[in-house]
Amino acid sequence: MTSDNYPVKPSSGRPYWNPYFAGILLGLVLFLAFFITGNGLGASGGLNRMLVYLQALIAPEHVDNTPFLLAMAGGDTNPLLSWIVFMVVGALVGGLVSGWLGGRVKLETNKGPNINNRNRWAFAFIGGALMGYGARLARGCTSGQALSGGATLSLGSWVFMLAVFAGAYLLAYTFRKVWN
Amino acid sequence: MTDFPLNVVSQFGPPTAYFIYAILGFFFGFILESAGFGNSRKLAAQFYFKELTVFKVMFTAIIVAMVLIFLSSAIGLLDYKLLWVNPTYLWPGIIGGLIMGVGFIVGGFCPGTSLVAAATLKVDGIFFVAGALFGIFVFGESVDYYNIFFNSSYMGRLTLPDVFSLSYGAVVLLIVIMALLMFLGAEWLERAMNQGQFSAPTKWRVPAAFVLVSLAVITMALGQPSLPERWQWISKEYQIKIDNREIYASPLELASLQNNRKLRVELLDIRPESDFNHFHIRDAQHTDTRDLEQLADTLIALPGNTVTFLASNDENFATEVWKLLRAAGVPNLYVLEGGVNGWIKQFAPTEFTAPNDGEEKPAFFFKQALGERYPMASPNLADYELDFTAVVKLEIKRAPEGGGCG
Repeated sequence: MTSDNYPVKPSSGRPYWNPYFAGILLGLVLFLAFFITGNGLGASGGLNRMLVYLQALIAPEHVDNTPFLLAMAGGDTNPLLSWIVFMVVGALVGGLVSGWLGGRVKLETNKGPNINNRNRWAFAFIGGALMGYGARLARGCTSGQALSGGATLSLGSWVFMLAVFAGAYLLAYTFRKVWN
Repeated sequence: MTDFPLNVVSQFGPPTAYFIYAILGFFFGFILESAGFGNSRKLAAQFYFKELTVFKVMFTAIIVAMVLIFLSSAIGLLDYKLLWVNPTYLWPGIIGGLIMGVGFIVGGFCPGTSLVAAATLKVDGIFFVAGALFGIFVFGESVDYYNIFFNSSYMGRLTLPDVFSLSYGAVVLLIVIMALLMFLGAEWLERAMNQGQFSAPTKWRVPAAFVLVSLAVITMALGQPSLPERWQWISKEYQIKIDNREIYASPLELASLQNNRKLRVELLDIRPESDFNHFHIRDAQHTDTRDLEQLADTLIALPGNTVTFLASNDENFATEVWKLLRAAGVPNLYVLEGGVNGWIKQFAPTEFTAPNDGEEKPAFFFKQALGERYPMASPNLADYELDFTAVVKLEIKRAPEGGGCG
């Protein structure tokens, strides 16, 4: 029931789950997160705190003088002591275990047929930078805003979700060579 | 009080609490990878209508979690008011979302999915994570130059039912039906765009959809609990506190707490405005009690060292309001003993002691509406012996402090 035939298949190992099956399980985890802790799921906040931890090691005075960083790591505050950091570490391990059980852990680059590896990596870095920047501006990524705020019916999160899909669909044609 | 959500950090201590979050993260990552979200081609296929897996997984997760959240809230198991609901900053959210959409199509991931891609050694995923860290770094260094925009169009905890003036249950049902129709459309589109590449969709999705719609209908039929209903649930535990007078703080205690710099004292004067204008205690805020839900949301959002006092002319009206606000989950909430009349009896010079009987009426006659410029509005505590029994105890706040990306 979990292995159907889809156009995009993994290059090795077992096929991916049925999307509805994965969605139901993800919904249950999201519900449990809210039910037990009152918080939803998230990812970019954890990355942010790991980064600020490094910044505070290298330039503690700069962190103390920048309001946005100060709130996370000013003075003796350890930015890593936050639930979101542990959730991110858990997600990394969970992804690895799932990939390992499914035989999908493999050093490779996923890309469209008309782009070489080096360009794909450059695009991945640039896209990541835009994603990281936008996620902080919007106060949340796809998990922290769209999934968590969507399930709790936050107005801002639903508007945000539309904006993400709009941005991607608007430029999909421009970047078709990257993927097709 | 409802038992859930727990305040895991204060109830189990940080190590156990962080372990719980790590376990939730583990399943989060496990499911993302198993759904194929570690593969950028799978994610990008969404935007060329080849495979609408991203949409299906995301919206199935949202509607399943949403129905379960509001169903458990309707039966009194979970307190929705204590959940972290992303506050709305409209324009920063829209601009940030558009930038992320561009990043999605250029880079092929979002932050959560790039983590599982990197964990399964996808090189593009590793580059994406490095890029995301770089973007976050640039944001941290640049946001203070346009803080005004970053904090603009703030609307607080605003939800879709507030915006459309519908009940939570109705919105839940509408979203479920809308999502199911869009799934039908997505399946049709997938078949039309890739002839023969798809196996027939699973059969069990129809009964699963039926179960979800039924749960949504039940949620709507039950309705979200009103404040009087919520008071009924907790009255067993809290009526005793009222009977033992544990919620009534004496005027002397309130006056000394107002001078305590470690606390933030909110004194809500819930009398009619004319009474308030004639006389009120120093720093009292005239507060309208017509929309208690709104008031409760405001009070819950205040910092953890806030103590809130309710003052009516005597105690009865304030006690009724106390019950409903307490049922709404407002922490550190007390009633001024004897009300404003009790305060005046305690602190007024003798010429104000002419009683004017009647329930919830000012017991004193004021020649002029001087508000808090009467001397007994801010008594000098050095003149009084502070021999009161303290009732105010700070409790641990249960409302979450920050959301998924804090």
